[in-house]
Amino acid sequence: MFFKSAAAVSMLPMSLNGMSLRTYGKESLFGVLGKRGISNEKVLVIIQLNGGNDGLNMLVPLDQYTNLSKARTNILLDEKKVLSLNGTTKTGLHPKMTGLQNMFNNGLVNVIQGIGYPQPNFSHFRATDIWMSASDSDKFVTTGWMGRYLDKRYTNYPKAYPNSTMPDPVAIQIGSLVSLNFMGPSVSMGMAISDPTSFYNLVDGNTGSTGTTPKDLELAYIRELTQQTNQYTKVVKDAAGKGKNLSAKYGTGNNLADQLKIVAKLISGGLKTPVYMVSLGGFDTHSAQVDNTDTAVGTHATLMQKLSDGISAFQDDLKLLGISERVVGMTFSEFGRRIQSNASGGTDHGAAAPLIVFGEAVQPGIIGNSPIIPSSTTVNDNVPMQFDFRQVYASVLQDWLEVPSSDVKTLMNGADYNTLPIFKSNPMGIEDVADMMTQIEISGVWPNPATDFVKVEFVSDGGGKLSLSVYNPLGQRVYHTDPKEYGVGRFEIEIDLRDMRKGNYVVQLNASKKSVSRMLLVK
Amino acid sequence: MDRRQFLSLKKNNLIDEDVKPKVERRTNTGLAKYSGTWTKAEAAHLLRRTLVGPKVSEINAFASKTLSQAVDSLLDTSGYSFLPPVNNYQNQTPDTAVAYGSTWVNAPLNVNLEGSRKVSLKSWLWSLPARQKTTIMEKMIVFWHNHMPVQIQDIPLASLAYFYVKALNDYALGNFKTMVKQITVDPAMLYYLNGRLNTKNAPDENYSRELQELFTLGKGPNSKYTEDDVKAAARVLTGFNINFTTTPFSTGFSAFNHDTTNKTFSSFYSNKTITGKTGVTAGSLELDDLLGMIFSVDEVSKHICRKLYRYFVYYEIDANSEANVIEPLAKIFRDNNYEIKPVLKSLLESEHFYDQWNRACVIKDPLTHQAGLVRQWEMAFPTSTDYETNYQIYAVGSYFGQITQMNLGDPPSVSGWEAWYQMPLYHRIWLNSDSLPKRNQFQDYLMSIGHKVKTFTFMVDPWIVTKQFSDPKNVNTLILEACDFLLPLQLSNAQIGALKEILLPGGIPDYNWSDEYRAATDAGDPNHTTSLATATTKLRNLYRNIMNLSEYQLS
Repeated sequence: MFFKSAAAVSMLPMSLNGMSLRTYGKESLFGVLGKRGISNEKVLVIIQLNGGNDGLNMLVPLDQYTNLSKARTNILLDEKKVLSLNGTTKTGLHPKMTGLQNMFNNGLVNVIQGIGYPQPNFSHFRATDIWMSASDSDKFVTTGWMGRYLDKRYTNYPKAYPNSTMPDPVAIQIGSLVSLNFMGPSVSMGMAISDPTSFYNLVDGNTGSTGTTPKDLELAYIRELTQQTNQYTKVVKDAAGKGKNLSAKYGTGNNLADQLKIVAKLISGGLKTPVYMVSLGGFDTHSAQVDNTDTAVGTHATLMQKLSDGISAFQDDLKLLGISERVVGMTFSEFGRRIQSNASGGTDHGAAAPLIVFGEAVQPGIIGNSPIIPSSTTVNDNVPMQFDFRQVYASVLQDWLEVPSSDVKTLMNGADYNTLPIFKSNPMGIEDVADMMTQIEISGVWPNPATDFVKVEFVSDGGGKLSLSVYNPLGQRVYHTDPKEYGVGRFEIEIDLRDMRKGNYVVQLNASKKSVSRMLLVK
Repeated sequence: MDRRQFLSLKKNNLIDEDVKPKVERRTNTGLAKYSGTWTKAEAAHLLRRTLVGPKVSEINAFASKTLSQAVDSLLDTSGYSFLPPVNNYQNQTPDTAVAYGSTWVNAPLNVNLEGSRKVSLKSWLWSLPARQKTTIMEKMIVFWHNHMPVQIQDIPLASLAYFYVKALNDYALGNFKTMVKQITVDPAMLYYLNGRLNTKNAPDENYSRELQELFTLGKGPNSKYTEDDVKAAARVLTGFNINFTTTPFSTGFSAFNHDTTNKTFSSFYSNKTITGKTGVTAGSLELDDLLGMIFSVDEVSKHICRKLYRYFVYYEIDANSEANVIEPLAKIFRDNNYEIKPVLKSLLESEHFYDQWNRACVIKDPLTHQAGLVRQWEMAFPTSTDYETNYQIYAVGSYFGQITQMNLGDPPSVSGWEAWYQMPLYHRIWLNSDSLPKRNQFQDYLMSIGHKVKTFTFMVDPWIVTKQFSDPKNVNTLILEACDFLLPLQLSNAQIGALKEILLPGGIPDYNWSDEYRAATDAGDPNHTTSLATATTKLRNLYRNIMNLSEYQLS
């Protein structure tokens, strides 16, 4: 049923039980995949949003707007200004994100709601390490998820590299440092372009030291040598020389756009590098994240505009350069922010947040539901996760970078994560379709508010394994059942709340690719 | 690429049009005592040039001394001890004559063990600067080793090589003329430059030539000794040999093989005649006459002062420096009968030495780079009685030196290392597309991976130094102090900003580092374990990135 109707609507976005998505008919699906072999030319661009992006102010849950307006009196965006997205009325984009809105409406964006992990950490450092290493929050992993992938793909790096099949850097981080993301089992797989004295210089061709005292001359000598020494300098310089930027949309004063511009230039210049990382800082908006007089402008608005403009200019450039089918981008940030804004007009460190994946290869739409906003919030209330960030990683690895699922498990530190239908290359199999069409529902939570015990009643249609989770106000998973087949019917689980402190909890019923939630007030 | 090519390359791409092939020195400072401000920056400059890898505590202590106190303290070797290398090899090549942990330097020749002993010697030699005290001694031993080298691989006995090093140590800050005499008849040198084969019937000019060309007069335009002078000096030196009857072997002299005729020198030496002597003291007496004659030429003092200048100040000597520094310094050398300390004191206290023009312009030699890294981070060694593990670590240092162009104990030739004499590149020779990445690799290795020997991991503990900074929980002072500690010149704001990104990515507020630091250093904090792991990694990354800057290669 699903496929037939999907084929019929082809380019129209659909909204399906909280899952808004647009899907292609079979022909166009195979058209994308089978046109010619681009397997070895695929590029992933990772955009890090440093500081913890306020997801609720980026992807605004319009269906929760009443409660949101109570929680965020001093920073709330005017509902009317929020940009609408084709196919859904539940969610809209920040008013400054017109570029991304257009991309979404043109079928180039997939947004996944509620990305996090079971026990969120609120330290920038630790949370960033968790995201980059793809570790559980109580485990310390010293390699990055991309580092492990690249180490697997380019066996015996760096000894056997560069070579004729891979003459180029295996990963490039735009900036001065290579992050944990690219740390492999023994060496960093990434090349920062370049050190604090170069990258833009490397491409622009100057080192910045012009003095003529002995120290200046010696320093210039060593810097020059450093550049000559890097075995990849020449190929990168050549690619930068050969590459082009054709889009006029990058603008000025947008450092994310500047970085993406370089990435487009290097890809178009012929670098075979499969992974790039860029970053945009300034997301740690504890105070004054909006303008006093207009909540649609200010610090966070500027960041949203940079992000949206940067991505849309990049996508425009890729299209004009004729390389857009090869490139996919994804954002991530170490955490989202608190549901309730603080008295200084900002938001404090939070938990789950939406994540954006873009490119021609993505299945357009929104995966997941708007986060439930309680009618009465405290400063501690957080957005709980709906999907684990490692499900996104697993999807990127398997469905974009074509890593076999057994290897995906190894790269994800030995754990299995269900992939999400982020990419067209993951044509939903019958099981997946069944899973998404699953009529699961939390039909009752009694009593609510609850004190000592609560009964959760849910409906299963027998479409797959289900698990039940409860998240506390901090976004921490405090109750979880192992996924199991319940068959068709209504089921009830009683949960002991006696050790749980007061506040707004979220009860979540999870199928492998979707989840439904209900609020629970613990008194 | 020679210097001219290099600079013309720069001219096109990098530097303004006015750069000339030669650095135009624009300082007229000389030997007058430095009277400017004395701060940590000056103390660090002095210590970087005279030690390997000065520690935070040394820089702080020297900043609170006066200039003279600081220099005197470096030159004071009264508390210096020189413990010889030991048997660290018992488990691989058992030594029946020497117990594990005892020194082998007085043991009899054992052809099966000389290889192990040489490895022991070279490892130990590397450990001297890596574990040095706050004295100029180790830098001076390397200076003299470079100036009057032997190659340990050419010396059949490890113990002879050791006694050569011991002689360098004995005279390093003493009298240069006496040192030349001692080294001339040192058994290792008699091997290395064939002095032992120099007899009246078959004179060997090898040592005689190097004595004048390299060790004393040099090859400058005013060094005009003749080929006949080389031959005459060789005849003076006939008869010295190795005495194999002692343990260890010692200097011998054969009156029979000594040329007893008079030796007459050229007009360069004022046509001096050294009267031929006979008997067992003939060699020694004639050597005194020979050195007296050579040292009467001013060029000797100038040659040594130029070498000291290239070692401690900068490799290029322009007309100003020759007139204002080398000439007066050479006079001090002569006026003090070739005592070394007054020369070093004058140079290290001079306004020229502290001139901004001369700061941060020495490219670290590999030993200073590697032993210096180990020392400045105060890396912990295994317990002192675990000789095997300790020496294995020293051997790793020695090996890294070897693969980065400085095989300590085995310089490339009798001229020493090219970087200290070969114009026009000089110090730049240390760094090339092979050695620079290896230096960076060494830094990364010890900072982030560590070298494992059995159960011991030789790795930097970043906290030891971090906790000595004035306010390490303040991210801004932490980075600035770390840079001042590790680098001889100040970074640009852009560079500092990039480094701050390591600790606080994306411009997150400074207090996040303070909180992390507090939790990491407070065992009672609920987040202690996590914060300690996170902060340790962050510190390692910060320090690794600072050391990967080009600036770190400068001293």
